[in-house]
Amino acid sequence: MSDMRNVRSAHPWMLRPAIIYLIVLTQAPVLLTLYYSTTNWNFLRPDRPARFVGLQNYLDFFLARDTGRIMLNTLVFSVAVVGLSLVFGMCLALLLSREFRGRNFARTLMITPFLIMPTVSAVMWKNMLFNPAFGLISSTLAALGGPRIDWINQYSMASIVVIVTWEWTPFMMLILLSGLQSLQKDHLEAAQIDGAGPLATFRSVILPHLSRYIEIGVLLETLFVLNIFGEIFTTTTGGPANYTTTLTFNIYLEAFKRWNVGRASAYAVFAVIFANVITLLFLRVMRRQGGNGVAP
Amino acid sequence: MRKKLFLLVVLAVVAGVTVPAMMAAAQENVTLTVTVVNNPDQRRLLQLSDSFQAAHPNIKLSFVMLPENELRDRVTTDITTKAGSFDIVQIGTYETPIFGKNGWLAAIDDLMAQYPDNVQPNYNVDDLIKGIRLGLSYDGKLYAAPFYGESSMLFYNKKMFAAAGLKMPSDPTWDQVREFARKLHKPAKKQYGIALRGLPGWGEVMAPLDTVINTWGGKWFDENWQPQLTSQEFTDAVSFYVKLIQDYGVPGAANNGFSESLTMLAQGQAAMWVDATVAAGFLEDPKQSKVVGNVGFVMAPYEKVKKGYHWLWSWAYAIPTTSQHQAEALQFLTWCTSKDYIDLVGKTYGWATVPPGTRYSTYKNDNYIKAAKAFADVTLKSIESADPTDATRDKVPYTGVQFVGIPEFQGFGTDVSKQISAAIAGTKSVEQALSESQDIVTRAMTDAGYIK
Repeated sequence: MSDMRNVRSAHPWMLRPAIIYLIVLTQAPVLLTLYYSTTNWNFLRPDRPARFVGLQNYLDFFLARDTGRIMLNTLVFSVAVVGLSLVFGMCLALLLSREFRGRNFARTLMITPFLIMPTVSAVMWKNMLFNPAFGLISSTLAALGGPRIDWINQYSMASIVVIVTWEWTPFMMLILLSGLQSLQKDHLEAAQIDGAGPLATFRSVILPHLSRYIEIGVLLETLFVLNIFGEIFTTTTGGPANYTTTLTFNIYLEAFKRWNVGRASAYAVFAVIFANVITLLFLRVMRRQGGNGVAP
Repeated sequence: MRKKLFLLVVLAVVAGVTVPAMMAAAQENVTLTVTVVNNPDQRRLLQLSDSFQAAHPNIKLSFVMLPENELRDRVTTDITTKAGSFDIVQIGTYETPIFGKNGWLAAIDDLMAQYPDNVQPNYNVDDLIKGIRLGLSYDGKLYAAPFYGESSMLFYNKKMFAAAGLKMPSDPTWDQVREFARKLHKPAKKQYGIALRGLPGWGEVMAPLDTVINTWGGKWFDENWQPQLTSQEFTDAVSFYVKLIQDYGVPGAANNGFSESLTMLAQGQAAMWVDATVAAGFLEDPKQSKVVGNVGFVMAPYEKVKKGYHWLWSWAYAIPTTSQHQAEALQFLTWCTSKDYIDLVGKTYGWATVPPGTRYSTYKNDNYIKAAKAFADVTLKSIESADPTDATRDKVPYTGVQFVGIPEFQGFGTDVSKQISAAIAGTKSVEQALSESQDIVTRAMTDAGYIK
């Protein structure tokens, strides 16, 4: 007991350097971004020094012609990726939770897409699979007498959704799989004794049990997917036109193509708020549905 | 006690030896951080830099090699924020006058006058090709030394032309090129009429497209900086380019840049290609090309106006004003852009691979002429006749053949290029793409204060 007290009395002084370090490292950039977002600082215009413009940058964002499109892209992209990887991840997790020979090997293979660097898998998909001249998909289609389709350009958003879903399905699968493994066998047996078929078992036993896991998976993946950059950069660079420009990618364009630090900061601040709103919405919807499912 | 004394003595001896040595090192040895673009010419420079370090043991070189787009981002961020991480940066004809104007680069002329001992002997600035030199100057001062220079020209597959009984004129028009492409386009046989860039990026699809716009009589801005992207000439030029690719281009052209197009021609899958003159060396290199000896080289096509129909570009080395080692940087910069370096590359790797387009002496060198006779003439003629100060039919307030020489161009050039890509991919009409582009450019120019 006395030992504990000694440790406690040492706390404030011992912790202070670490806390200050943390504050400087995490909060200073946030404050600076907030400050920059109220200026019109442009890297390439030293002849026009940065000055305070109030909320002009935020206003510009809402008035810009492509803002609606960019927001829509972001929403479509994240909902599609998270939704699809949830469905596929669930299927794979259900398959992998069964006992069969070579299960560990299969599981390792299934996780691999998640472990490949995002830019590498994007380049792989773009050149080896989607390329209309020598990609696998087009070559196969052409061999069967079909057309050579330029996937990345004609179905740009769908192409990126496919790539990112392929990468993130294993993540969802892993979380759901750990959920399935914590499901007690006797629950399933009880359902069987009650005469429930596979679908009924899934709906009234497995799904309610997994609701927490689904929540965590969806929440984490949404946060990550909202920040996807590498896949877009290496495949479409946000184009054609602005069809695949998301909020995150637009920040890059504003900062490193238009060199407009003020506006890029404002976009970044907005993106943080947007991410919070989206996740909250997601959670609320999930909670409501989950609640209905569990309710007796 | 004795132990402590012993330790003290050891410490004193160690300190006595190392401290002076370290101080001497700090005075003499200098490490230069150099950024370079990832391409074959620069990879050769990295390999040959050993011989520079052997001649200048006090200068150590540390290279940062990046692809073009990333390099541009890194260098621009570093220079504009005055972070000073680089002693020598590789930049192009677009950036140099803008950076020079803003006082971010040390003028090469001034440095050479200030440190005459650090200049490579027989450097001879007058040997640099005039157009390239002017492109790298601002207000009469040279701000970067050219490593290689290029214009654009037309490459064609002689075998395909002979097989179809066609003859390429030495000065073709775009109409003729379209006719050739129509006759040679046989997708079923994996033979495509023409390879052209469609990849978004102001340095990608916009480069060849801008030369087409110039020769159609179009322009980005009128004399009062009012955007002209929806004018008849601009629209006609873009429609022609887009339709040519859609009708007779290689599949997936909206994602093709320089390297992809090069592959199509080098693999014998494309009949024609209009792109950088520097590709000539690659097409004649048996290691990279299946069509060596089968490629014809002629001037880039023109149409209505014989102006600005081939571009002018150069990758050059510059010294940021933030560098702490400008004298040593000058030493390396004048070495790698000198005639001696060109000779060294020629002797080590073969004369066809020397960095072209920077010096008159290269084109008077018998070894080079012999190795590059198929394309040396056209290359020099294209580079010499490209004039960034007079590339459009009407008077314009900007310079540059395939770009608009203002800082804002990087931003709106990229945005417009994405609209063009959408038109090439067929997800948008040319009129729609250009009307949105006009809006984008108008907004950017209003923001920047050029127009109200």
